[in-house]
Amino acid sequence: MARLQIDGITKRYGEVHAVRDVTLDIADGELVVLLGPSGCGKTTTLRVVAGFAEPTSGAVRLGERDITRLPPWKRNAGLVFQSYALFPHLTVAQNVAFGLEMRKAGAAETAGRVSDALRLVRLEHLSERLPRQLSGGQQQRVALARALAFHPEVLLLDEPLSNLDAKLRQEVRVEIRELQRKLGLTTVMVTHDQEEALTMADRLVVMNDGAVRQVGTQQDLYEHPVDRFVAGFVGRSTFIEGEVEAPGRFRSAGGLALACNGASVGPATLALRPERIAVDMAPHAGVDNNLPGVVEFVSYLGPAIDMHVRISAEERVVAQVPNRAGGPVPKVGEQVHVGWPAGNGIVFPGVEPVTGNGTSERRSQ
Amino acid sequence: MSRAGIRLGPWALKGSAAITLAYILTPLVFVTWLSFFRQEIPSFPPEGYSLRWFAAIAGNDRFVSGFLLSLQLAVIATGIGLCLGLPAALCLSRIRFRGREALNSLLLLPLVVPGIVLGIALYVFHVEAEIATSLPIVGSLGGLIAGHVLIVIPWTVRLVTASLAGLDRSIEEAAQSLGADRLTTFRRVTLPAIRPGVVAAALFGFVSSFGNLEMSLFLVGPGRTTLPIAIIQYLEWKIDPTIAAVSVLQILLIAAVMLLTDRFVKISRVV
Repeated sequence: MARLQIDGITKRYGEVHAVRDVTLDIADGELVVLLGPSGCGKTTTLRVVAGFAEPTSGAVRLGERDITRLPPWKRNAGLVFQSYALFPHLTVAQNVAFGLEMRKAGAAETAGRVSDALRLVRLEHLSERLPRQLSGGQQQRVALARALAFHPEVLLLDEPLSNLDAKLRQEVRVEIRELQRKLGLTTVMVTHDQEEALTMADRLVVMNDGAVRQVGTQQDLYEHPVDRFVAGFVGRSTFIEGEVEAPGRFRSAGGLALACNGASVGPATLALRPERIAVDMAPHAGVDNNLPGVVEFVSYLGPAIDMHVRISAEERVVAQVPNRAGGPVPKVGEQVHVGWPAGNGIVFPGVEPVTGNGTSERRSQ
Repeated sequence: MSRAGIRLGPWALKGSAAITLAYILTPLVFVTWLSFFRQEIPSFPPEGYSLRWFAAIAGNDRFVSGFLLSLQLAVIATGIGLCLGLPAALCLSRIRFRGREALNSLLLLPLVVPGIVLGIALYVFHVEAEIATSLPIVGSLGGLIAGHVLIVIPWTVRLVTASLAGLDRSIEEAAQSLGADRLTTFRRVTLPAIRPGVVAAALFGFVSSFGNLEMSLFLVGPGRTTLPIAIIQYLEWKIDPTIAAVSVLQILLIAAVMLLTDRFVKISRVV
């Protein structure tokens, strides 16, 4: 395995920037996830690394080699596609052997590596089947074995789990992640599924409109999103528009005076994580922000309960509270009190147009 | 829809399918029956049955040499047609260029132009070409083959394009990421994936060349007669059941080729 450096990659199709100046340094054995809504440039970035798209400018280095101008077949990158892309006319074993055959490996070596790769994904017993005789999950694992059998320097996963059903997806996530750790594979994965990204990544790269918005660990992105887009895309947030009147004081468009940690005075957006908001029947004592509200919508999720609470004529917040045994389940129309310490809100200065499809509860009409 | 309507629907479908099938099969059945009649002038009811007309074919040089020529012609024309049609189909389905639609229609045109028109046009062209170059072109084997290639090409282009359209391009990218260059990818992945289309193209090309009469009439030279022409020429003098016997053999040959190909690729899935 090797270190992968993406250095100022830009890809333009005519006037359209698919990717703008993306720079990433991926360490040996690291799993980096490119996360973003569709059309954000994450797949194009991956295709540039794989060699299927030539960057307009910038360079890609794998280990010591500059691979920017190399054709895909000389890059030594293992690729797993969303559609798995197994060769339909070849058996599982022949599919897995393909990369070794192209490298003119001997028969004994090929056989050994094929059975190793199939053992890794626990499919040795199906080696003589044809792809169409396998389930989606099995095909996915064959695709992974095929991408690993020839010992690539980097593993590229393009939405590898999006064709699996929800339950299987959770299992395969853990499976791929453990395999990746065990083998120390330098890996780039592309996904639009934030849960998948959070489960698997060492580091995440949030992209939008062809550009990198933020790079960091799960905690970095969740606790310290750099902008409103990241706050909406990684985890959920309620956004309250308004302005910072004075350091530490936020005035919402609906007229609420809220304590916050924002320093610079001016128009701003306050982002609140649903589980960082407490909901109670009685007022909260000694909390920076304490507001009465009316429950307008309740989702019973099992481990937790989601509530939309109207706190002013203009604003409502989403709060998520753990579902404690025997605890009361709030009802629509009930009077409650929401509260949060100033530090739980994140202030983004300026007025930013809302882009992408980040999960966000916007100001209600 | 009423309950009766629901029950009637499938029967209406089966009924019309049966009528169509009967419409197609009736002539074949009669030709086959006729080929076993004993009397020379076909009339009903038959006076008796015999295999003499089948035996008569073997003794007729024109039929034997016509059959061999048609077979040879169809095989060569199909081979060349595939070699030309396959790259053309690849270009048409992979590369966006100006006039792509026009080229696509142009390549299908020989299927639409009546064989007689095609034959006359080629004949005139051959005459002009012979005058201009003083090479022996009119009535040459080369000219005949070139004509047949023309009627094979629409089939190869059409059927290969259709199977390329259904091909998941990511399997080609997968092959390349595994270390296969473009040629290897084509040979090892693309070609096997579109094989049913290629086989069907070869089959239909073969059949349309083997059975072609109208165009061939203008392109054959002295002493060079294809089977359909031999049949027509024979009919000018006689109407005994030899013709029926020849037709039966022809039907059997084509049916055998079809069944054989169908064992390897499901033709119904491609066409």
